[in-house]
Amino acid sequence: MRITIKIKRQESREAEPYFQILVWDCDESTTVATLLREINAAVINDTSGEPVNEIAWECSCLQKKCGACAMVINGLPRLACDTKIGEIKSNRIIIEPLKKFPVVRDLIVDRSVLRENLLAIHNWLEREAVVNKKNTDLAYDASRCLQCGCCLEVCPNFTADDSFFSAAAFVPASRILSELPKRKKYEIVTEYKKHIYDGCGKSLSCHNICPAGIDVERKLSNSNSVAIWKRFFSKE
Amino acid sequence: MSIIIIGAGLAGLSAAVTLAQNGVSSNLISSMQSERAQSVMAEGGINACLNTMGEDDTVENHFEDTISSGMYLADAEAVRGMCAAAPGIVERLGSLGVPFSYNDKGIVQRSFGGQRKKRTAFVKSSTGKMLMTALIDETRKFEAQGLIKRYPNHCFIRLITEDNKCCGAVVRNTYTNRTVSLRGSVILASGGLNGLFDGMTTGTTQNTSDAAATVFSQGVELANLEMIQYHPTTIAIQGKRLLISEAARGEGGRLFINRNGKPWYFMEEKYPELKNLMPRDVVSAEMVQVAAMPECDSQVYLDMTAIEKNVWNERISDLREQCVHYLGIDPANKPIPVSPGIHFFMGGIRVDREHRTSMNGLYAAGECACQYHGANRLGGNSLLGAIYGGQIAAQTAMKEAADNTEEIIDIAEEPAEVSCGFARTVSEILYKALPILRKEEELIAAKEELNLLKSRAGNRAELNRLNLALAAVMSAIERRESRGAHKRTDYPDRDDVSFKKQSVAKISGDKIDISFKEIKGRRD
Repeated sequence: MRITIKIKRQESREAEPYFQILVWDCDESTTVATLLREINAAVINDTSGEPVNEIAWECSCLQKKCGACAMVINGLPRLACDTKIGEIKSNRIIIEPLKKFPVVRDLIVDRSVLRENLLAIHNWLEREAVVNKKNTDLAYDASRCLQCGCCLEVCPNFTADDSFFSAAAFVPASRILSELPKRKKYEIVTEYKKHIYDGCGKSLSCHNICPAGIDVERKLSNSNSVAIWKRFFSKE
Repeated sequence: MSIIIIGAGLAGLSAAVTLAQNGVSSNLISSMQSERAQSVMAEGGINACLNTMGEDDTVENHFEDTISSGMYLADAEAVRGMCAAAPGIVERLGSLGVPFSYNDKGIVQRSFGGQRKKRTAFVKSSTGKMLMTALIDETRKFEAQGLIKRYPNHCFIRLITEDNKCCGAVVRNTYTNRTVSLRGSVILASGGLNGLFDGMTTGTTQNTSDAAATVFSQGVELANLEMIQYHPTTIAIQGKRLLISEAARGEGGRLFINRNGKPWYFMEEKYPELKNLMPRDVVSAEMVQVAAMPECDSQVYLDMTAIEKNVWNERISDLREQCVHYLGIDPANKPIPVSPGIHFFMGGIRVDREHRTSMNGLYAAGECACQYHGANRLGGNSLLGAIYGGQIAAQTAMKEAADNTEEIIDIAEEPAEVSCGFARTVSEILYKALPILRKEEELIAAKEELNLLKSRAGNRAELNRLNLALAAVMSAIERRESRGAHKRTDYPDRDDVSFKKQSVAKISGDKIDISFKEIKGRRD
């Protein structure tokens, strides 16, 4: 099929962004990741005759296990390696960087704030874990977070420079909180209230957006349960 | 004292945490954040003799399985150390919250290739991701204490050396292009040499092999580069090969090929003891051989249809989802077509038992280092080798490091990268020359082609890549025997007299030299 691709380009943090439009032939099973690799390997011009310089983007595993290639494709945050052209149901593809983070170049954004936020909420164990039948499934699901940032794209409450840390923090936090022994207080409890519970508008727009398929809503209720209501989370 | 760690996958994190536990600070350099490391892709599990499955397993059994499937090419004492430490490592991972399953004796273990006992601890087939999450959180604890300083989105440029001593590293921030030099001993944990086979392995695009190629060009010895593991069950997907974990066979999956129109379970017939779970080099070579037989079809299948529902749900649900997603086949209902693909590099930077390289002040651990796996790695030993190797490298570096004041100096240096086209050309030559069954004439032709490419290398990085590729081909030429992953049709037998040794590659000036050295525990 012949598709028209509109890609948001930006040469540096300071440069003005612009859209570049090009036409490309591929089949429906082609992923956006493959598309970007092929375009970068080719020497082509855009529809106005200007050369298409190498498009900067990040990828690593190419099989939706690492979260590197998150970007906005036709308005939705997705992993490029997990998005087939045929699924888009349009022969116009618009590719943009995630909007909640500072752009480095083209489709590369600086997601350092995710790591800083997890540091700020003390997301680590303060004693030996007790994994048992009650929390194994929760710990497994929470451990799958890719830190890709897709959930933040759709969150009405998250901005990179704010004190609300959103799902990319509360999903990993739910692993730590699931370990919490009764009457023992981790630093994370205080920080959780400040940076997650108090800022979350419960819009649940993050639901069903996670490319890893994590049940984000359940992680939020589990964590609220432990950190705010001081009781062990409800059974899965 | 501050130590520089290149790579924030499992080996790098293990080294950083070990240093921090001893109050030693480190600078942790990585091209991307840890969640993007290849370690997150490891699936089947991690080996340790926990003896929880009622099979009277011993550390000695683990040692013997590792050494024998490595075809006696690994340093026995190093392997003994790893196997002895394994139970403690896995228990520790449990206490870091890795959600293993437990029975009344402890952590549940599964069968894995080349092992006579159930010895592989696992979390479904997402073990690497689970270990990484736990270790990333543990690392964060020490980041908060100021003991680990992360440099994400930084790539390694080169070592700073003085008279065969490593005194630091030059790294570049890929987001800002700022290039700086850092002082201190260096632990390389830069992962496998996947970039040599661009788009043809089960690994990540970030494992470019550039770090190993760079230190090779700076005079560091590499070893056993010809030992490249083809995993038996992979599938070509866009841009790479998709791994179907050995857990599929560990949980009951069977390999077959249609012979005269009827399924032939060739591994079960030929190897009645371990059947489908023979070491990977054996299975892959058998697959190639049966597929070439005139009475057989050319496609081998993996049949998982007899696996019970609860096993699918509790132990390999993620593997099933992956097959449905990428192949459109539910493996619970229908066999899937599989073929061997490049998965792991047993060879790499030559290290001694304490993980010292041939250069003072430089250490290496994880897949970038040549240690523990000999001529063929056991499934479940890579995660173990990465964690254990990271610990040992850290302990040695700590002991030997000089007190240095932290010093960051800006450097003006133009970035040099291997272009896509050049990488692809080198990869195609290597892929043709280094299949499962190798022939001298193909290897020699590849060497000539690579030599001709020298004039096309546009920068230092491309020349380094080329030299690394040449070293791999030359090592394969010189090892005139068949052993583990290195199988030669012209030398089909093992030759212990000449080749129960490491092939060692070293560069001086423009000349690459391959020699065979004793497998010694300590550095010369």
